Amino acid sequence: MKTKVREPKFHLVKRDDLSRYQRVLIRLLSIVLALILCATITAITTGINPFEVFGSIVSGAFGTARKTWITLQDLSVLLLIALALTPAFTMKFWNIGGEGQVLVGGLATAACMICFEQKLPSAVIILLSVIAAPLAGALWGFIPAICKAKWNTNETLMTLMMNYIATQLVSYFIIIWEVPKGSGKIGIINQNSHAGWMPQVFGSKYMLCILVALITMVFLYFYIGYSKHGYEIQVVGESENTARYVGIKVGKVIVRTMLLSGALCGIAGMLLVGSINHTITTTIAGGQGFTGVLVAWMAKFNPFTMVLSAFLIVFMDRGAGEIATQFGLNQSYADILTGIILFFIIGCEFFINYRIKRAEKHENKEGSSC
Amino acid sequence: MLGFLSFIPRAVGQGIPLLFGCTGEIVTEKSGNLNLGIPGVMYVGAISGVIGSFFYENKVGENGMNGFLAIMIPLFCSLLGSFLMGLLYSFLTVTLRANQNVTGLAMTTFGVGFGNFFGGSLIKLSNLDVPTIALSKTSAYFSATLPIADKTGWFGKLFLSYGFLAYLGIISALVVAYILKKTRVGLHLRAVGESPTTADAAGIDVTKYKYVSTIAGCMIAGLGGLYYVMDYASGIWSNDAFGDRGWLAIALVIFTIWKADIGILASVLFGGLYILYLYIPTGMAHMELKELYKMIPYVVTLIVLIITSMRNRREDQPPASLGLNYFREDR
Repeated sequence: MKTKVREPKFHLVKRDDLSRYQRVLIRLLSIVLALILCATITAITTGINPFEVFGSIVSGAFGTARKTWITLQDLSVLLLIALALTPAFTMKFWNIGGEGQVLVGGLATAACMICFEQKLPSAVIILLSVIAAPLAGALWGFIPAICKAKWNTNETLMTLMMNYIATQLVSYFIIIWEVPKGSGKIGIINQNSHAGWMPQVFGSKYMLCILVALITMVFLYFYIGYSKHGYEIQVVGESENTARYVGIKVGKVIVRTMLLSGALCGIAGMLLVGSINHTITTTIAGGQGFTGVLVAWMAKFNPFTMVLSAFLIVFMDRGAGEIATQFGLNQSYADILTGIILFFIIGCEFFINYRIKRAEKHENKEGSSC
Repeated sequence: MLGFLSFIPRAVGQGIPLLFGCTGEIVTEKSGNLNLGIPGVMYVGAISGVIGSFFYENKVGENGMNGFLAIMIPLFCSLLGSFLMGLLYSFLTVTLRANQNVTGLAMTTFGVGFGNFFGGSLIKLSNLDVPTIALSKTSAYFSATLPIADKTGWFGKLFLSYGFLAYLGIISALVVAYILKKTRVGLHLRAVGESPTTADAAGIDVTKYKYVSTIAGCMIAGLGGLYYVMDYASGIWSNDAFGDRGWLAIALVIFTIWKADIGILASVLFGGLYILYLYIPTGMAHMELKELYKMIPYVVTLIVLIITSMRNRREDQPPASLGLNYFREDR
């Protein structure tokens, strides 16, 4: 008659009793642990002293004024993409199509620059790009959104496919526009006339991106946190049924939010083509549509915190790139280190959200005092 | 006919990595885990095999190679690499209940970086004096076909001209389809993916099923990477050559509406679509059209995705808890 009942030694309980300070501390601790692991791995592969590793990373990111500017510029582009994805994520719409939305935005800009070089003054071309790029990005966001709203199509997979359609579209136009014919690339667009190149702001070619990212950050903070639209996005994200019950048109919110999300991605693409690279390739987004997802998630979708998480990624990326160059290693070294840090940050969320509780003994046969 | 005869084997060669990836992802998704790390896992599977065989080939020299070891070492290393990736994903999402999309994307960043890093730096790190990673000897063992393949004409060319991993891929797809459809284990696994709460109440160990299926799925997918580098690419590793096949494998899962046996034909179809542009005459004047043809597999997937969601048939839907983590005390 004896049935063995195995009782687990411990079980998990959800917690929300951690103070803001403790949450930050846990995250910082996980980053420190990840950095220690990264340094150890670097020391093993390159044979340099782990402390020097950090020195190299810092000098890679901030070694010279130019390096610092480029770090800031990379930071602002990644930040902009992460910000662009944020409204969609807040309503739990997993838009991993940032890559594609950035690409079509860039493509639209390149199209304006190439097609109107001789015909229109530079200022008009810039104006056209500023209109066309967000429209293209918004269109790329609209297609999955309308399918999600109408037929509840899985948005993760759909936006993923849209990325590759955008990539092929770009390579199609690259071959049409390629200079010289048969080279398979475009090269610097309008190298002599500079038609359609985005203007310098405050006498620096890096400032435009930084400014746009900052403006977007402040805008989104108020849009999501303090506007009617933002409130609707939050309610849809918490519970679609609740949203429907209180009379929010969920489909409309999804479409409207994705239009915004896509348009902002399109602007990032416009900056990449019009202000930074002055050319277009299929890899111009460089996986930042995906990294942006991680950046936004790490910051818990708070626009201001996103500066920090984007900074962490860019800093490691540039630093690891420096180490890789110094030791003749492959540039993908940065991806490995970024991956390790991400795993630690992803893992540490557990300790913020859950508590491990030792199981209490239900009966005590010996009757001893306990 | 001649064009067709050369087209099909190449389509199959392109399709097999997709088939492995698709079969692996189906096993994973049936447990409710949407593993977007599959592209990374396939890179890790490929590079782990390459690392294993690189050291073996350089240790024993070209003449001392033993056919059995030349196959088993990369195979084991590849399985080990993707096992570890699967374990990492399961630990983060099942035990630590991390967001699956984020974990998957991080795994892809890490895995692709891992593959390209060791692919680009293996020679420097190992201090060996070789110009490139070209494992032609090992590759010869992997792509060895049955001796009768050449003698049986078109039949041999269509059905027998592949290395053993290709057949392993087809067998694994059939086995997975059988397990999912006909066995109790498969029933339990599907229950976990549809409604972990119900499965848990019925006494099924949800955690165990999620772990085992995710890890098994990763190991199957990793073999796709190994097949690509050892057989299709003749043992030559070049960075980013594997490309976006991992994402295409995930697309294939939707295309096959989560049925592994359909995956066999569908992967050959996708493999064919992937290289179709080589066979469509465009003329030198319109090279750009080739780029549009390369778009076809993705557009087809997109259309299938939309149509299945429009028809909304219950048997064509993704597992109901796909992408959601299970926490018993959640309501």
